[in-house]
Amino acid sequence: MSGTLEQLREAVIVGEPDQARGLAVQALEADIEPLTAIDEALNPGMQVVGDRYESGQYFIPDLMMAAEAMKAAMAVFGPALVARQEQRHVLGTVVIGTVEGDIHEIGKSLVATMLGASGFEVYDLGVDVPAAEFVKRVQETSANIVGLSALLTTTMRNQEAVVEALEEAGLRTQVKVVIGGAPAGPEWAETIGADAYAENANEAVDVVKQLVGV
Amino acid sequence: MEDILSRLKSGSVIVADGAMGTMLQEVGLPTGASPEGWLMENPDPVRGVHRAYVEAGADLILTCTFGGTRARLERPGLADHVAEVNQRAAEIAREAAAGDAYVAGDIGPMGEFLAPMGKITYEQAVEMFAEQAAALAAAGVDVLYIETMSDLNEARAAVAGAQQVEAGIPIFATFSFDSHGRTNMGVSPEQAAEALLALGVDAFGANCGATLEMTEEAAAKMHEAAPHVPIIVKPNAGRPHMVGREAVYDATPEDMAKYACSFVALGARIVGGCCGSTPAHIAAIAAAVKD
Repeated sequence: MSGTLEQLREAVIVGEPDQARGLAVQALEADIEPLTAIDEALNPGMQVVGDRYESGQYFIPDLMMAAEAMKAAMAVFGPALVARQEQRHVLGTVVIGTVEGDIHEIGKSLVATMLGASGFEVYDLGVDVPAAEFVKRVQETSANIVGLSALLTTTMRNQEAVVEALEEAGLRTQVKVVIGGAPAGPEWAETIGADAYAENANEAVDVVKQLVGV
Repeated sequence: MEDILSRLKSGSVIVADGAMGTMLQEVGLPTGASPEGWLMENPDPVRGVHRAYVEAGADLILTCTFGGTRARLERPGLADHVAEVNQRAAEIAREAAAGDAYVAGDIGPMGEFLAPMGKITYEQAVEMFAEQAAALAAAGVDVLYIETMSDLNEARAAVAGAQQVEAGIPIFATFSFDSHGRTNMGVSPEQAAEALLALGVDAFGANCGATLEMTEEAAAKMHEAAPHVPIIVKPNAGRPHMVGREAVYDATPEDMAKYACSFVALGARIVGGCCGSTPAHIAAIAAAVKD
């Protein structure tokens, strides 16, 4: 790997957006293909960040800053890809939100950020999202993944309501449903007919990748 | 009643209350509704929960104002009623305490990141916390009680806001350690203790959290870092898990009482419960630590 890509990978790992932007420009000037830079620097960098989060070396601010660095580099590579008529390989389309009655934002946003940084196209619907809104946005975006967050023991049931609404709209076979949130767990996913449960943002990326087979 | 700081200095253990949110859901708080908004129309059930804790043996009850900052009151459309909501909540708690318990003015996190990760600046945060603290103090709470903090800067802003209110009002602060022994923002118990000690907070510790073990370990580390400060431990009743479609917190009143004794043994002076705990848990704790 070239020195520039190594530095770019490191800039993602330590979460330095300005450096990442500068190094992305440098990489293009050195005639490095943007797709190569994404595959060899950005993605492996995020992988390290995820592993460190999982093991308790990294916490929320580290994840956020790494994602910012990733975004800064992508803001450079994005237009370069367009100019080359190339596309970053999109792993899947995700519609994600916190279910109706629940206003917990942070965990859900973190999952959205990590999925976006890992190559998914992400539509974050925000918090307190009614089941009908999930259905509507899945139809509009042809999403193949739905992420449902709930942090309250009382709002978890609205995760089930979304699964049911997707079923009624005939969309259930089109999408894989992943749930998260403190009180949830794999048993709850099974109870309500979701496809999987993820414990945290890093696990969510692995779980979603598995579900879509990449 | 002697003031709460003298009571703490005497070395006696103060029993704090348990959960408010999960209790209110059982007496009619609709799913997703803001407890602070709901109490304006429904003071009786809120007073009832407070009173149940006092009768269970709590010496200290927290006002139903966890989401009482301007940032949090925006959603129920009460951003311009910060003073009114917090004062009303404090009155309800004082009525329930009826002189039998101290009333702590509860201040929770804003639910958004501070800059640079989020939009709220440190100065804006201080201002919002000061606004809430002023209303609680004006309604005569005995102490301002900042809880469930994850971010050191937000905690600093909350303490700074509380300190603007009136000279001499006691300030307590607790963090939630739920991620590998740290807060989800990466703050260790030692870092939290050092920061709060430097700010002159009167008592501090751990609340909410993930497991009882993790909260216990965090409290022990805070005590080690600040041996002369009274430590607070107010954990969840274990973790919720699903039994069919019902969420059940796995710690029984007996479990919580056993933990409370070990918290006291390692230096805690204020013990109570957080999410999932009930008056039965507090009664068991009171019986165990007041022997």
